Parts: sequence; C-alpha cells; structure tokens
Amino acid sequence: MADLTRLTAARTAEMIASGEVTAVEVTEAHLARIDAVDEKVHAFLHVDREGALAKAREVDAKRARGEQLGPLAGVPLALKDLFTTKGVPTTVGSKILEGWIPPYDATVVRKLKEADVVILGKTNMDEFAMGSSTENSAYGPSGNPWDLTRVPGGSGGGSSAALTAYEAPLAIGTDTGGSIRQPAALTGTVGVKPTYGGVSRYGMVAFSSSLDQGGPCARTVLDAALLHSVIAGHDEMDSTSIDQPVPDVVAAARNGDVSGLRVGVVTEFRGEGYQAGVLQRVDETVELLRELGAEVVEVSCPSFTKALAAYYLIAPSECSSNLARFDAMRYGLRVGDDGEHSAEEVTALTREAGFGDEVKRRVMLGTYALSSGYYDAYYGSAQKVRTLITRDFERAFGQVDVLVSPTTPTTAFPIGERADDPMAMYLADLCTIPSNLAGNAAMSVPIGLAEEDGLPVGLQIIAPAMADDRLYRVGAALEAAHQARWGHPLLEEAPSL
Amino acid sequence: MPGISREEVAHLARLARLELKAEELDHFAAQLDDIIGAVATVSDVAAEDVPPTSHPLPLTNVMRPDEVRPSLTPEQALSGAPAQEQQRFKVPQILGED
Repeated sequence: MADLTRLTAARTAEMIASGEVTAVEVTEAHLARIDAVDEKVHAFLHVDREGALAKAREVDAKRARGEQLGPLAGVPLALKDLFTTKGVPTTVGSKILEGWIPPYDATVVRKLKEADVVILGKTNMDEFAMGSSTENSAYGPSGNPWDLTRVPGGSGGGSSAALTAYEAPLAIGTDTGGSIRQPAALTGTVGVKPTYGGVSRYGMVAFSSSLDQGGPCARTVLDAALLHSVIAGHDEMDSTSIDQPVPDVVAAARNGDVSGLRVGVVTEFRGEGYQAGVLQRVDETVELLRELGAEVVEVSCPSFTKALAAYYLIAPSECSSNLARFDAMRYGLRVGDDGEHSAEEVTALTREAGFGDEVKRRVMLGTYALSSGYYDAYYGSAQKVRTLITRDFERAFGQVDVLVSPTTPTTAFPIGERADDPMAMYLADLCTIPSNLAGNAAMSVPIGLAEEDGLPVGLQIIAPAMADDRLYRVGAALEAAHQARWGHPLLEEAPSL
Repeated sequence: MPGISREEVAHLARLARLELKAEELDHFAAQLDDIIGAVATVSDVAAEDVPPTSHPLPLTNVMRPDEVRPSLTPEQALSGAPAQEQQRFKVPQILGED
C-alpha cells in the first residue's frame, strides 16, 4: 500500500469513503509518523492518541452502517494549541496555561468534529501567537523540516512543520499579523487567512481581537479549500462573525483559471531588506500569471509602508487588554498564594512567572500606547493609519481583482538569529500585516526555492473581503502551472527526515 | 517623541501587573525604546482629517432572546480554578486587615 502519510486530504477522504483504506489505518499511519519524526521536528505539544483513534473508529463504524460521511471524514488534522478542546490540554504555548483542560470546544473544533475530521493533537506556537518563529513558545521551538536548524515560521510553526514533515495532511492556524501565511511561505505549504469574520473566533484564546482570524493550512490548494469550507460560516457565539454565505472556495480550487483576471503587483513590497532569491521567484511567478492569461499591472499602496508600525501599536494595545484576564484567579497558573501576598500581588507574581519575554514586552507596549498623554500620538495615530491602509486597498481593488506580493521578505532564518532582536523579528510580517488591518482575505502559495539557500518561497495573494474564492482560483492555477514545470509537488524536494 | 526610561518601564510593569526583576528592567527598557522609536513613525501620516478605524467590520450590537440555555455546570466552570471552596473561586486576600 502507498504511504498513507504522503496522500492529499482529498485523496485520503476518497479512499476512506470508498473503503480502500480505513480511517483507523490512516490515523495509525500518522501517529507512527509522529512517533518517528516529532522528536526532531517538535511540531506537537500534545498528541491525543486515544481521541484520534476513537474518532477514526467512529468514522469506520459510520461507514460500515452506510451513514453519510463528511467531505473530510477520517482525515487527520493538526490543531494549533490556541483553540480550546474539551478535555484536551490547551496551553497557547504559555506556562500560564500549563495543565489547563478546557471545559468546552471552540466552534472550529466543534465543526471539525461534526465533519468527522480526526484531530491528532495540538501544535506548537509562539506564546499567545506572538512571534514569527515558534521560538517564543514556552515549550521550545519547532524545527523547519527543510532544515531543522531553521525556524518553520510563526506563530503557527508547529502546524506548518507538521504538514511539511507529513505528520498530518491538514492543519489549523490563526493569523493576527501573518501567523498562517508566513509559516506556510517558510515551509513550502499553503496557508489562508480568511476574511475577518469568516471563521468563528469562539474558543480561540484572544490575542488581538480586531485582527485574529483562524484559517486552513494544507499541502495543496484544494485541501485548504476543503478545510476552509468545513470551518467557515456564521456563528452566533462570535459577535464579529459575518452572517453571509461562505464563498464557494472548493469550486474555485477545482477551477484554477486566471485568464482575464486583473492582478496587481504591490509596488511597495520589494527593495531593501528583500532577499534577491525571493524576488526572483516572485517576478517569475508574475510572468507566469501573464502567460496564463492574467492582466498584470503594478499597483502602489503607499500607506503599506506604515502598516508594521501601526500593527505594533494596535496589536499590543488589544493584547494588553485581552491578557488582563490572566489574573491567577479563575484558571491557569497561580504563584505566591502563601497567605502573605494580596490578590493583586499574586496576580503580578503569577504573570511574571507565567509569561515569556515577548508577551511581557507587548503587554507593556500596549499599556504604554493606551496610557493618557500617549494615546493620541500612538494608538490614535495607528488607527488613522489603519484607515489609510483600508483606503489603499479600496483604491487597488477598484483597479484589480487580486493583489500579489512576496509573503515574506526572506526565506526561513536560523533558529536564534533574531531571538533577541524584536524589531528584526517583526520584519518577517512586513507584507502580511496590511490584510489583517483591513480585514480582507489572503493566501500564501509555494512558488519554488530561492537560489541562494534552496529554501521555499511563498507568493501572497490578497482578495477583497468575502472574495476568498479568488485566492483559491489563483492559487490553484499557480499550483498546477508550477507543478507542470517541476514535474512534482515542491515538498518532494524537501530532505527526508 | 520621548524615549523610555528604566523608571517608566517599572511604572508600566506595575500598571500591567508584572512583578519584573531588576535585570529585566534594563533589558526591556532598551528593547521598548527601540520598538517605540520605530512605531512612533505612525504619527508622520496621521493627519487631522483622517478618521480612526478601530475594527475592520462596521460593528453593531448582536442581541439574542434573554432565555435560559444549557451552559457549563458549576463543576465545569470551576474545573480550572487554582483554588475553590463552596462552589466558588477562592482568591487571596483582596482588602487589607485594617
């Protein structure tokens, strides 16, 4: 039998539905793969062996009874450890939630279970999703399967590494400033940040509520679309959930075609700080889009140059408020409760012990930006930049159907290289942040390897809010055209672990 | 705009309920100064006539009927509590003795 861990999610679901293979066999193959390689990759913080096998047995029993199976029934998935899972530990990569067992499922988790997806476990991430490398995880970094001495991106580096190492064909991430797209770019996988409000935030541990958005990660565009359609949709448990039909992303992914499509190349995302090998692949792919029949023009979005600065005021401001809930009173870590310290002192001692450096930096930065005397200059100005960025997008989407840019300025960097230089780390999200600020939809697709280091390069595709289907149409067309040139999927060039 | 001093970091840490160690104050002061210097550039383009955006969606209150529905049991709600007593969260002393 073919190696079950190498199949796409779409093919796996077909084989399970037709009885060529059982869900238990598929799950066992992936658990064995995790056993074999995760010591090196460290994609998972928790493997839910029993839960996964129980779900797989349920799928096989359903099939045996002739019941209707979901489109991804029996397909294994790696879940970012930011979603609450009833009865399964959820740490958000932080010591402050070590050992916490949530009493409820996130809406995304409920939908996955209803679709008969097999959740293998919880993946590593930068603490509270704050970071671009997984080095801010309190449980140690993940390695990039292309080169284990390099980062798999972040914050969702555990999810991207799990896909790349064939530990799971599907994964879920969350994207506040690029945490789905940047890891996808750095590992040669596909990652989508849906339109803000497209996927419920209920049960996602909040970092920056006006920016956070859950979304699909996969090895192929169609697999991402299948997962997208399972997790998206209106949810009354999230007051910011959009009450509109989900765009038909699966049909778009099956119909990759860019003829007549107007594509805008963002002028601002190149130049100093961009790796030559990244720009080379992006330029070639833009040329490829032309050959495939797209009308390509340059589009200037001048306010994008201020997006990073605005983001590092808005996200920390919201996080300083959101993380106030970690007060050591109702759940999580409690330090210093010895009868001597007051509740307030216990809170401060617990947060000091339970939060890592990046979380502390951002909480203090947000506290600063929101404090009286500084509010207008910092948070107020950042909100105005957010308006300017939204206007740039509106102007751009008046001229073109989608925008494209590099997903990241560079390929995967070595573990440790930027760990003590926050500003250098923040630059990894330079190109992905504008879409979070405006709330539109964006995807990263692999477009080859950079010449100088042989590491994956991602192209970012951006579409207007609720036009997520355009991402899949373009992504699928590029995937097919690239693979026709390469003769195989890009991941087959990754070293075996 | 002004840089950020060690004393200011100590003040921010108190406001944010972080019991920072002395050596952390120096470390964070230098890093926060760096970051604040970089992000302060937002004011370059934030003209008077630009309205602020706080959220990507036009938010309105979402209402639902005020009726009892199934929810967490007291045991579930207290399951993550660091300490509990009589079906309540048990917390350290909040008010002083005097």
